[in-house]
Amino acid sequence: MIRVQHEDFDPGAEFEQLRTGLQAGAGAVVSFIGLVRDLNEGDDITAMTLEHYPGMTEKALDAIAAEATARWKLLDAVIIHRVGPLGPNDRIVLVIAASAHRKDAFRACEFMIDTLKTKAPFWKKETTSQGSRWITTHG
Amino acid sequence: MIQLRYFASLRERLGISDETVSLPDNVDTVAGLQRWLQDRGEPWSGALADNRLLVAVNHEVVKRATGVRDGDEIAWYPPVTGG
Repeated sequence: MIRVQHEDFDPGAEFEQLRTGLQAGAGAVVSFIGLVRDLNEGDDITAMTLEHYPGMTEKALDAIAAEATARWKLLDAVIIHRVGPLGPNDRIVLVIAASAHRKDAFRACEFMIDTLKTKAPFWKKETTSQGSRWITTHG
Repeated sequence: MIQLRYFASLRERLGISDETVSLPDNVDTVAGLQRWLQDRGEPWSGALADNRLLVAVNHEVVKRATGVRDGDEIAWYPPVTGG
């Protein structure tokens, strides 16, 4: 299940929904929550805006969840990513992987967030006391 | 007609998020389309010269040699920074 949304998400509620829908044999659930950092390159960040490419973003997240599900035999996978204006410490992204055993869930969860960060069309613009700037990747 | 889309810092630099244009004569690849856009002058010529930009055709990331056809949606954008 993937979702792109402006509003915040409730990690506990998302976990419960996944847990109650799991088939017998699910023994492990690993989740990752990404937050807005309030410090980048030494400047206090007062606000952040997340832009995305509607239509392509959903396809990219679907493909990431499907690849993880196939590679690690997941019983369920969730990716929820927020867009729009966010503040320091706000939740940005939730990734959940459910599998029979913990190793598959850990690896799949890490794969999904790592792949999302390099492939899914989202862009962060941060506002500091020095003004606004687009976050750029290094290297 | 083809749909062109620009995102994030590129969108701001161009001052436009999307446009619909006729597929130019003699243009049949992303590279050719990009040259045609750059030939319009600034800010296109400079902004699209950044070779870190990614291109997606119909929501799939592609190489510059990929073909473009009437009806396609082509997007240019900087490296992604979500998550």
